[in-house]
Amino acid sequence: MHSLALAAADNEGGFTPPTLEETHLPEILPWMAEWGTGFGKQMLMIVLSIVLIWWFFSAAIRKRALVPSRLQWLAESGYGFVRNTMGRDVIGEKHFMTWVPLLFGIFFFILVNNLFGAIPLLQLPSFSHVGAAYAMAGIVWILWVGVGFQKYGLRYVKLVAVPSGVPKPLLILLVPLEILSNFIIRPVTHSLRLMAVMLAGHVIVMLVGSGAEFLITQQESLAMNATGVLVLLGFIPMYFLELAMMILQAFVFTLLTAVYLQGALEAEAH
Amino acid sequence: MISADVLHAAGEASPLVPNPWEILATGLGFIVLMIVVVKFIVPAFEKTYQQRVEAIEGGLNKAEEAQAEAEAMKARYEQSLADAHAEASRLREEARAEGAQIVAEHKEKAAAEAARITEQAQQQIAAERQQAFASLRQDVGTLATQLAGRIVGEALDDDSRSQRVVDRFLADLDAEQTDQSRTEAAQ
Repeated sequence: MHSLALAAADNEGGFTPPTLEETHLPEILPWMAEWGTGFGKQMLMIVLSIVLIWWFFSAAIRKRALVPSRLQWLAESGYGFVRNTMGRDVIGEKHFMTWVPLLFGIFFFILVNNLFGAIPLLQLPSFSHVGAAYAMAGIVWILWVGVGFQKYGLRYVKLVAVPSGVPKPLLILLVPLEILSNFIIRPVTHSLRLMAVMLAGHVIVMLVGSGAEFLITQQESLAMNATGVLVLLGFIPMYFLELAMMILQAFVFTLLTAVYLQGALEAEAH
Repeated sequence: MISADVLHAAGEASPLVPNPWEILATGLGFIVLMIVVVKFIVPAFEKTYQQRVEAIEGGLNKAEEAQAEAEAMKARYEQSLADAHAEASRLREEARAEGAQIVAEHKEKAAAEAARITEQAQQQIAAERQQAFASLRQDVGTLATQLAGRIVGEALDDDSRSQRVVDRFLADLDAEQTDQSRTEAAQ
């Protein structure tokens, strides 16, 4: 879809497509205010997401009805999904209740912020800004590393870094690799996976928006205007794909959190 | 359209370089959210879930009890129905046996009565016959004596002699009669 837009734009030559750096622009709409380093739209959306989650789940569960209303049923389904699919099934019966609040918070925090990218006017997934993704992955990293050290002490490093059943000479190679992969690469991929997918979705929105606008309003030829409409039509399936990606990424991030925590809790078994 | 000026105002920052304030904002926001989640949301959901589990389990138990009770009642009812049937057929059987006994008794009694009556009649007949025979014998003797006396015309007043004659005559007559009945029986 956007390749069509690009092709059209290239043929025209008068269109400068937005680059990655440019689309990363946090403030597109003029109503964002710059205070010091800047209270941007992204921060506003973080606050908005907290209020939304708080309001929705409190309102849904307020009555605590045994026979749930539609709203309560929806909220309970969401809660039960996180609790059972990502909590109990991954972490295991023994420890999972401790971590259900964290998983619940992470899942809905990321989900709501991602879905902001699909809502007109808001139209910015908060986690396309790498700072937000770093923050979340960092919190998760501190937690699972902390759990590991709390449970096993310094032995935890050995449990993580030395794979069992490997011939001794190979350890020279494997130990640095394991340390690198578990303690350094893991949080990086954890955050960048989320950020990259959200950013890519956002780039598509930007590109379609600017491309279609350029084709429809800046071009004299009717054929070019029609192509612009085509770009918008082509964006519709992309929109739904992006919607699926937003939900999927929230799920993946939370699931990985559960997997990391489980790995730290049961380090001896690995 | 987004103008190049606005785009370039953001500088050439890489998408991997974070805005530190965004890290702070997101981190703080998440911590606030977690406080809310831990304090209010998760306990509320867990409590509701627990209450529902209890309610459903209680309801199931109650339903099971009710069903067991109904089944017991049905068994009792069926049992008493079967008992009643058995009792009724037993009574019927008894009544039939009793009836048969009564009929048999009555038949027996009637037969005995009939036999008794017959016997009595026979006895009476025999007695009467005996009596008739004796009186006849008396009469025949007297009549024959008178007749013989008249025919002979001679005073045969000697009673003992005449009695002997009569007795002999009757004995002969008896013997004759017995012979005759014996030959009849032989035939």
